[in-house]
Amino acid sequence: MAPLLAVMAVGVVTILAVVLIVAALVFYLVSVIVQLRKITSGLDVVIAHVSEIVQKSAPVNDVVTTINGQLDAGVDLLEGLLVKKAGLVDAVGLVEGLYAGASAAGLRNFPESTTITAPRIGEVYTRGTLTLARLGREAPIAVGNPAGPALRDVERGSLAARQLYPEIRQTRPESLPRSPVIGTDAPEQYEQREDIGAPRKRLPGRSA
Amino acid sequence: MTLWWIGNVVLLVVILPVVVYLLHGVLAAAKSIVPSVHAIANVAAAGSKDLDATVLLLTTQEQVTATVAGVANYGGSLDVILDDAD
Repeated sequence: MAPLLAVMAVGVVTILAVVLIVAALVFYLVSVIVQLRKITSGLDVVIAHVSEIVQKSAPVNDVVTTINGQLDAGVDLLEGLLVKKAGLVDAVGLVEGLYAGASAAGLRNFPESTTITAPRIGEVYTRGTLTLARLGREAPIAVGNPAGPALRDVERGSLAARQLYPEIRQTRPESLPRSPVIGTDAPEQYEQREDIGAPRKRLPGRSA
Repeated sequence: MTLWWIGNVVLLVVILPVVVYLLHGVLAAAKSIVPSVHAIANVAAAGSKDLDATVLLLTTQEQVTATVAGVANYGGSLDVILDDAD
Protein backbone atom coordinates (compact mmCIF):
# COMPACT_ATOMS: atom_id res chain seq x y z
CA MET A 1 0.00 0.00 0.00
CA ALA A 2 2.84 2.31 0.86
CA PRO A 3 4.63 1.98 -2.48
CA LEU A 4 1.39 2.74 -4.26
CA LEU A 5 0.90 5.91 -2.26
CA ALA A 6 4.48 6.91 -2.94
CA VAL A 7 4.02 6.42 -6.66
CA MET A 8 0.79 8.42 -6.58
CA ALA A 9 2.48 11.21 -4.67
CA VAL A 10 5.32 11.40 -7.16
CA GLY A 11 2.84 11.37 -10.03
CA VAL A 12 0.77 14.14 -8.47
CA VAL A 13 3.84 16.28 -8.03
CA THR A 14 4.85 15.67 -11.64
CA ILE A 15 1.40 16.55 -12.89
CA LEU A 16 1.40 19.67 -10.71
CA ALA A 17 4.74 20.75 -12.12
CA VAL A 18 3.60 20.22 -15.70
CA VAL A 19 0.37 22.12 -15.03
CA LEU A 20 2.31 25.02 -13.59
CA ILE A 21 4.65 25.13 -16.58
CA VAL A 22 1.74 24.95 -19.03
CA ALA A 23 -0.14 27.66 -17.11
CA ALA A 24 2.91 29.92 -17.22
CA LEU A 25 3.26 29.28 -20.93
CA VAL A 26 -0.39 30.03 -21.58
CA PHE A 27 -0.37 33.24 -19.52
CA TYR A 28 2.76 34.70 -21.06
CA LEU A 29 2.08 33.61 -24.61
CA VAL A 30 -1.44 35.06 -24.50
CA SER A 31 -0.01 38.29 -23.13
CA VAL A 32 2.54 38.36 -25.93
CA ILE A 33 -0.21 37.75 -28.47
CA VAL A 34 -2.17 40.71 -27.09
CA GLN A 35 0.88 42.95 -27.34
CA LEU A 36 1.62 41.78 -30.87
CA ARG A 37 -1.95 42.62 -31.87
CA LYS A 38 -1.45 46.13 -30.49
CA ILE A 39 1.78 46.40 -32.46
CA THR A 40 0.03 45.22 -35.60
CA SER A 41 -2.74 47.79 -35.26
CA GLY A 42 -0.16 50.51 -34.59
CA LEU A 43 1.83 49.49 -37.65
CA ASP A 44 -1.32 49.63 -39.73
CA VAL A 45 -1.70 53.27 -38.74
CA VAL A 46 1.97 53.89 -39.52
CA ILE A 47 1.67 52.25 -42.91
CA ALA A 48 -1.37 54.37 -43.75
CA HIS A 49 0.42 57.59 -42.88
CA VAL A 50 3.63 56.56 -44.63
CA SER A 51 1.60 55.74 -47.71
CA GLU A 52 0.15 59.25 -47.56
CA ILE A 53 3.66 60.68 -47.27
CA VAL A 54 4.83 58.68 -50.28
CA GLN A 55 1.78 59.71 -52.25
CA LYS A 56 2.11 63.39 -51.39
CA SER A 57 5.85 63.58 -51.98
CA ALA A 58 5.81 61.65 -55.23
CA PRO A 59 5.59 64.69 -57.56
CA VAL A 60 7.99 66.80 -55.50
CA ASN A 61 11.09 65.59 -57.28
CA ASP A 62 9.81 66.38 -60.75
CA VAL A 63 8.36 69.73 -59.72
CA VAL A 64 11.49 70.86 -57.92
CA THR A 65 13.65 69.71 -60.80
CA THR A 66 11.50 71.72 -63.19
CA ILE A 67 11.61 74.78 -60.95
CA ASN A 68 15.39 74.52 -60.65
CA GLY A 69 15.68 74.20 -64.41
CA GLN A 70 13.58 77.29 -64.94
CA LEU A 71 15.55 79.25 -62.35
CA ASP A 72 18.83 78.09 -63.89
CA ALA A 73 17.66 79.39 -67.24
CA GLY A 74 16.70 82.70 -65.63
CA VAL A 75 20.08 83.01 -63.91
CA ASP A 76 21.90 82.20 -67.15
CA LEU A 77 19.86 84.79 -68.97
CA LEU A 78 20.37 87.54 -66.42
CA GLU A 79 24.08 86.81 -65.98
CA GLY A 80 24.63 86.83 -69.71
CA LEU A 81 22.68 90.04 -70.16
CA LEU A 82 24.50 91.76 -67.30
CA VAL A 83 27.91 90.79 -68.61
CA LYS A 84 26.95 91.70 -72.16
CA LYS A 85 25.68 95.14 -71.24
CA ALA A 86 27.94 96.14 -68.36
CA GLY A 87 31.07 94.14 -69.09
CA LEU A 88 32.48 91.39 -66.94
CA VAL A 89 34.45 93.65 -64.59
CA ASP A 90 31.59 96.04 -63.95
CA ALA A 91 29.18 93.15 -63.65
CA VAL A 92 31.28 91.69 -60.87
CA GLY A 93 31.46 95.13 -59.28
CA LEU A 94 27.70 95.51 -59.44
CA VAL A 95 27.17 92.13 -57.87
CA GLU A 96 29.66 93.00 -55.15
CA GLY A 97 27.96 96.34 -54.61
CA LEU A 98 24.58 94.71 -54.17
CA TYR A 99 25.70 91.69 -52.17
CA ALA A 100 28.93 92.28 -50.31
CA GLY A 101 31.26 89.32 -50.64
CA ALA A 102 29.33 87.77 -53.50
CA SER A 103 32.05 88.51 -56.01
CA ALA A 104 34.21 85.82 -54.42
CA ALA A 105 31.83 83.21 -55.76
CA GLY A 106 31.83 84.90 -59.15
CA LEU A 107 29.29 84.51 -61.90
CA ARG A 108 28.24 80.97 -62.57
CA ASN A 109 28.72 80.95 -66.32
CA PHE A 110 31.89 83.04 -66.22
CA PRO A 111 34.54 81.14 -64.25
CA GLU A 112 37.10 83.85 -64.90
CA SER A 113 34.96 86.25 -62.86
CA THR A 114 36.33 84.74 -59.66
CA THR A 115 39.77 86.14 -60.44
CA ILE A 116 38.54 89.69 -61.05
CA THR A 117 39.05 92.31 -58.38
CA ALA A 118 35.64 93.86 -58.04
CA PRO A 119 35.64 97.63 -58.65
CA ARG A 120 33.92 99.78 -56.04
CA ILE A 121 30.83 100.57 -58.03
CA GLY A 122 29.21 102.32 -55.10
CA GLU A 123 31.79 105.13 -55.15
CA VAL A 124 32.83 105.36 -58.76
CA TYR A 125 30.18 105.78 -61.43
CA THR A 126 31.06 103.38 -64.14
CA ARG A 127 29.21 102.38 -67.22
CA GLY A 128 27.53 99.56 -65.37
CA THR A 129 26.14 101.89 -62.75
CA LEU A 130 24.91 104.28 -65.39
CA THR A 131 23.25 101.38 -67.11
CA LEU A 132 21.41 100.55 -63.93
CA ALA A 133 20.46 104.19 -63.48
CA ARG A 134 19.03 104.28 -66.98
CA LEU A 135 17.11 101.13 -66.31
CA GLY A 136 15.54 102.63 -63.22
CA ARG A 137 14.69 106.11 -64.41
CA GLU A 138 14.34 106.67 -68.05
CA ALA A 139 14.56 103.51 -70.08
CA PRO A 140 11.26 103.12 -71.98
CA ILE A 141 11.01 99.43 -71.34
CA ALA A 142 8.91 97.54 -73.86
CA VAL A 143 7.23 100.64 -75.24
CA GLY A 144 5.43 99.67 -78.39
CA ASN A 145 6.22 96.03 -77.88
CA PRO A 146 4.12 94.05 -80.36
CA ALA A 147 3.92 91.23 -77.85
CA GLY A 148 1.69 93.22 -75.53
CA PRO A 149 1.41 96.23 -73.27
CA ALA A 150 4.47 97.80 -71.71
CA LEU A 151 5.84 96.06 -68.67
CA ARG A 152 6.57 99.39 -67.02
CA ASP A 153 4.53 102.58 -66.91
CA VAL A 154 6.96 105.14 -68.20
CA GLU A 155 4.97 108.12 -66.92
CA ARG A 156 4.66 106.85 -63.40
CA GLY A 157 8.22 105.64 -63.42
CA SER A 158 9.36 109.10 -64.41
CA LEU A 159 7.17 110.75 -61.79
CA ALA A 160 8.50 108.45 -59.15
CA ALA A 161 12.04 109.25 -60.13
CA ARG A 162 11.31 112.99 -60.11
CA GLN A 163 10.39 112.77 -56.45
CA LEU A 164 14.09 112.35 -55.79
CA TYR A 165 14.87 115.88 -57.02
CA PRO A 166 14.30 119.27 -55.32
CA GLU A 167 10.78 120.63 -55.16
CA ILE A 168 11.39 123.48 -57.59
CA ARG A 169 11.13 121.27 -60.63
CA GLN A 170 8.64 118.70 -59.39
CA THR A 171 5.62 120.98 -59.68
CA ARG A 172 6.55 122.01 -63.20
CA PRO A 173 6.14 125.81 -62.87
CA GLU A 174 5.31 127.71 -66.04
CA SER A 175 8.47 129.77 -65.94
CA LEU A 176 11.60 129.26 -64.02
CA PRO A 177 14.15 132.03 -63.42
CA ARG A 178 16.55 132.03 -66.28
CA SER A 179 20.09 131.11 -65.77
CA PRO A 180 22.47 134.07 -65.65
CA VAL A 181 24.48 134.73 -68.77
CA ILE A 182 28.08 135.62 -68.21
CA GLY A 183 30.83 136.85 -70.47
CA THR A 184 31.40 139.85 -72.74
CA ASP A 185 28.14 139.20 -74.61
CA ALA A 186 26.11 138.99 -71.44
CA PRO A 187 23.00 141.23 -71.49
CA GLU A 188 23.74 142.31 -67.96
CA GLN A 189 26.93 144.35 -67.95
CA TYR A 190 28.30 145.47 -64.64
CA GLU A 191 29.97 148.81 -63.92
CA GLN A 192 33.56 149.12 -65.08
CA ARG A 193 35.66 150.80 -62.39
CA GLU A 194 39.18 151.95 -62.91
CA ASP A 195 40.14 151.55 -59.28
CA ILE A 196 39.41 147.84 -59.21
CA GLY A 197 42.69 146.05 -59.52
CA ALA A 198 44.75 149.26 -59.44
CA PRO A 199 47.29 150.09 -56.68
CA ARG A 200 45.81 151.61 -53.59
CA LYS A 201 46.05 155.36 -53.34
CA ARG A 202 46.24 155.30 -49.58
CA LEU A 203 47.80 152.51 -47.62
CA PRO A 204 45.80 151.26 -44.64
CA GLY A 205 46.89 152.25 -41.14
CA ARG A 206 48.26 155.70 -42.12
CA SER A 207 46.36 158.71 -40.80
CA ALA A 208 45.64 161.73 -43.03
CA MET B 1 11.36 6.26 -7.57
CA THR B 2 14.21 8.41 -6.33
CA LEU B 3 15.08 9.53 -9.83
CA TRP B 4 11.45 10.44 -10.38
CA TRP B 5 11.52 12.62 -7.29
CA ILE B 6 14.73 14.22 -8.44
CA GLY B 7 13.11 14.85 -11.81
CA ASN B 8 10.15 16.50 -10.13
CA VAL B 9 12.39 18.71 -8.06
CA VAL B 10 14.38 19.75 -11.14
CA LEU B 11 11.12 20.44 -12.95
CA LEU B 12 9.80 22.70 -10.21
CA VAL B 13 13.00 24.37 -9.11
CA VAL B 14 14.89 24.78 -12.41
CA ILE B 15 12.70 24.31 -15.48
CA LEU B 16 9.67 26.27 -14.30
CA PRO B 17 11.63 29.41 -13.21
CA VAL B 18 13.67 29.37 -16.39
CA VAL B 19 10.53 29.14 -18.53
CA VAL B 20 8.88 31.94 -16.57
CA TYR B 21 11.98 34.13 -16.82
CA LEU B 22 12.28 33.70 -20.57
CA LEU B 23 8.60 34.26 -21.22
CA HIS B 24 8.63 37.33 -19.01
CA GLY B 25 11.50 38.74 -21.08
CA VAL B 26 9.58 38.17 -24.32
CA LEU B 27 6.49 39.84 -22.87
CA ALA B 28 8.51 42.83 -21.63
CA ALA B 29 10.09 43.26 -25.06
CA ALA B 30 6.71 43.08 -26.76
CA LYS B 31 5.28 45.66 -24.37
CA SER B 32 8.20 48.00 -24.98
CA ILE B 33 7.53 47.98 -28.73
CA VAL B 34 3.95 49.22 -28.43
CA PRO B 35 4.68 52.82 -27.31
CA SER B 36 7.39 53.11 -29.93
CA VAL B 37 4.94 52.08 -32.62
CA HIS B 38 2.41 54.63 -31.39
CA ALA B 39 5.09 57.33 -31.39
CA ILE B 40 6.06 56.41 -34.95
CA ALA B 41 2.41 56.58 -35.96
CA ASN B 42 2.10 60.06 -34.49
CA VAL B 43 5.26 61.22 -36.26
CA ALA B 44 4.09 59.75 -39.55
CA ALA B 45 0.75 61.51 -39.16
CA ALA B 46 2.50 64.81 -38.48
CA GLY B 47 4.81 64.27 -41.46
CA SER B 48 1.88 63.53 -43.68
CA LYS B 49 0.13 66.68 -42.49
CA ASP B 50 3.25 68.74 -43.15
CA LEU B 51 3.25 67.54 -46.73
CA ASP B 52 -0.23 68.90 -47.36
CA ALA B 53 1.42 72.04 -48.74
CA THR B 54 3.26 70.13 -51.47
CA VAL B 55 0.25 70.65 -53.71
CA LEU B 56 1.18 74.33 -53.78
CA LEU B 57 4.44 73.37 -55.49
CA LEU B 58 2.47 73.03 -58.69
CA THR B 59 1.38 76.66 -58.33
CA THR B 60 4.97 77.61 -57.54
CA GLN B 61 6.11 75.83 -60.65
CA GLU B 62 3.61 77.71 -62.79
CA GLN B 63 4.57 81.01 -61.17
CA VAL B 64 8.28 80.39 -61.68
CA THR B 65 7.73 79.47 -65.30
CA ALA B 66 5.68 82.63 -65.88
CA THR B 67 8.24 84.76 -64.03
CA VAL B 68 11.17 83.40 -66.00
CA ALA B 69 9.23 83.93 -69.21
CA GLY B 70 8.60 87.54 -68.17
CA VAL B 71 12.26 87.99 -67.30
CA ALA B 72 13.21 86.55 -70.67
CA ASN B 73 10.93 89.02 -72.46
CA TYR B 74 12.28 91.85 -70.33
CA GLY B 75 15.86 90.78 -71.04
CA GLY B 76 15.13 90.61 -74.74
CA SER B 77 13.81 94.15 -74.68
CA LEU B 78 16.82 95.34 -72.70
CA ASP B 79 19.12 93.63 -75.13
CA VAL B 80 17.57 95.67 -77.92
CA ILE B 81 17.39 98.97 -76.04
CA LEU B 82 20.76 99.13 -74.33
CA ASP B 83 24.15 99.22 -75.91
CA ASP B 84 26.58 96.43 -75.35
CA ALA B 85 29.62 96.99 -73.15
CA ASP B 86 32.05 96.19 -75.96
